[in-house]
Amino acid sequence: MIGGGSAGLAAAIVIKKAGLDVLILERDRELGGITLQCIHNGFGIHEFKEELTGPEFVQRFINEAMDLGVKYKLDTMVVKVTKEKIVYAINNTDGMLEIKAKAIILAMGCRERTRGSINMPGFRPAGIYTAGQAQRFVNVEGYLPGRSYVILGSGDIGMIMARRLTWEGCKVKAVVEIQPYVSGLLRNQVQCLEDYNIPLITSYTITRIHGRHRVKGVTISKVDRKFDRIIGTDRFIECDTLLLSVGLIPENELTQNAGAAISLNGGPVVDNNLETTIDGIFACGNVLQVHDLVDLVVAEAKRAGLNAVEYINNRYEKPVEQKDLIKCIAGDNVNYVKPDHFKKSDESKDIIFSFRSKRPDRRILIQFKDQDNKVLYKRKRRYVIPSEMIEIKLNLEELEIPQECKSLEVEIIPQPEVLIDNG
Amino acid sequence: MNIESENKMAKSIPEGEKTIRCIVCPTGCEIHVKNIDGELIVEGHTCKRGEVYARDEFIAPKRILTTTIRVKGGLLPLIPVRTDKPILKERLNEVLNEIAIKEIEAPIKMGDVLIKNVLDLDADIIASRDLIKAS
Repeated sequence: MIGGGSAGLAAAIVIKKAGLDVLILERDRELGGITLQCIHNGFGIHEFKEELTGPEFVQRFINEAMDLGVKYKLDTMVVKVTKEKIVYAINNTDGMLEIKAKAIILAMGCRERTRGSINMPGFRPAGIYTAGQAQRFVNVEGYLPGRSYVILGSGDIGMIMARRLTWEGCKVKAVVEIQPYVSGLLRNQVQCLEDYNIPLITSYTITRIHGRHRVKGVTISKVDRKFDRIIGTDRFIECDTLLLSVGLIPENELTQNAGAAISLNGGPVVDNNLETTIDGIFACGNVLQVHDLVDLVVAEAKRAGLNAVEYINNRYEKPVEQKDLIKCIAGDNVNYVKPDHFKKSDESKDIIFSFRSKRPDRRILIQFKDQDNKVLYKRKRRYVIPSEMIEIKLNLEELEIPQECKSLEVEIIPQPEVLIDNG
Repeated sequence: MNIESENKMAKSIPEGEKTIRCIVCPTGCEIHVKNIDGELIVEGHTCKRGEVYARDEFIAPKRILTTTIRVKGGLLPLIPVRTDKPILKERLNEVLNEIAIKEIEAPIKMGDVLIKNVLDLDADIIASRDLIKAS
C-alpha cells in the first residue's frame, strides 16, 4: 500500500480482514494523510452517518488498522515501483528497502497546483503559499503564514482557509476567482465567506504581485471570456500574503515510471476493478481522481482493496485481455470519466461510473451512448456543477449493452422542457 | 430540545425580515423569512429541509466551532478540537478567545473533554484526534 492516508488505510483494512498480509508505506511522520489537517467538520456523513472533523474521521480508520495489526512504515519514501511489482523505498532506519508484492495499491493522493502551474509572472517575494500548505502550517505545525491575505481561487480549501484565518485573528481582504462562478461548494461560500463578510470577486484574476522581498499587495483585473485582462479594470489590494487555491492534480510520478498509462485527468487509466494497465497494480483515492468527499475516497479504496484480494486469490499473474475492453469517453460537458474502460466479460457486475461536468448547468440530462449514438441509459438531474463529482452505479447486464459495443460516451446535455411543435 | 428552552427561543425571535441562501443542497434557493407579529413566514424554499434550515438561521444561527489548542510536550504543537454541539454563531469569537489562552498537556485521546461547558454555552470543547507525547 503506497500511502497511509484515508484511501491507503481503508484499503489496507479490507485486505487485512480478508486474511492477507499488507504493508503501508507512508512518507509522513504519522498515518492519516491530508485529512488530518482538515480540522473542519463535514466528514463522515456517508461513511459513519454522522458529521465528523477530518482528524476524527481518519482516527477511526487508524484505530481500526491498529486493532487489526496492519503493518506500516513511517517516514518512508517510495522511490520506484516496477511492473514486476517490486517496490523500492528508503527511510532512516532500514536504509534502502526492496519489497516484492503480489499486488500493489497506489494511494498517494494529490498535490496542489502552484503559482508555476497557472503561469503567474513577476518577482518571487516571500508570502506566497498554496492553500493546503497554509492549512498545514496553521492547523498542524502552529505557524501563521501572514496577517493580511488575498486568496486566489474559490476552491473549497481556499474558502475554508479564509474562515480559519479569520478565526485566528487575520484579515482576509478578498477571494478572487477567474471564473464567473464559485468553484467550491455553496455551503462553504455561505458559511466561510458570507458569514464573515469576506468579499468574493468573480471574473477577476491577479495580474501583478507587488513586493520584492515580501508580498506587499496584488493587482487584480477583470477578465473577459477568454480570461484576458480587460484594460482599465485594475485594482490594488494591500496584503502581506497570497494564498493559491487553484486546483489539485493526482500525484502520479511513481505510476508513470512504473509504465502504467495515465489518462487526461492526471490519474492512471483504470478498468472497472480500479486496476491500472499493469496487472496487479490498483489505484484509489485522489491519486486516481480528485474527490470532493473523503467518504467517497474510502468507498473507492475499499473496492480497490477487495479487488486486490480477488486478484491475489483467483487471478494472480493473469493479465486482462485487452481486446475485450469497452472504452469510456467523456462527451459534451463532461471533463473525464472513470473507469477509463471496462471488460465485456464483467458486464453482469455493477459498475460505478464517476465523472465531472466541465461547467455548471441546470435541468440537464445525463446520457450514456454507444459508438453508433444509440442511447443506452439516461437520467434527468436538476443541476450539475464542476465541483461536484457525479457517481452513477449501473448494472450493465440490465442495460442490455449490444454485442458490438466498443465504447460508451457519457454526455451532459440540456433537457428540453417544452417541445416546439413545428407542425 | 425540551419545551421550556423552545419557549425561551420562541420569545426571542428576531424582528424584521431576512433573505437566507439555503445551503442544504447545491441548488441554493434564496429563502425569504419574515417575522409578522411573532409568526414566521417562510417563502422561496423548494423542500422541507430548506424551510427548517431557514427558520433556524433566522431565529438563532448556530455553528460547530473547529479550531486548535496549544499542546505541551506533544508530538505536535497543536491539537485540533471542536465543540461537541453547535453553538450560537454570535458567540464564536468569545469562545475562540477563550480557547486561544489555553494549553493542554499530551497525551490526549480523541473525544477527551478539554474545556467543559465553555462559557456556559452548554457545549464542551473536545479533542478531534489522539496525540502522543513527544519522544
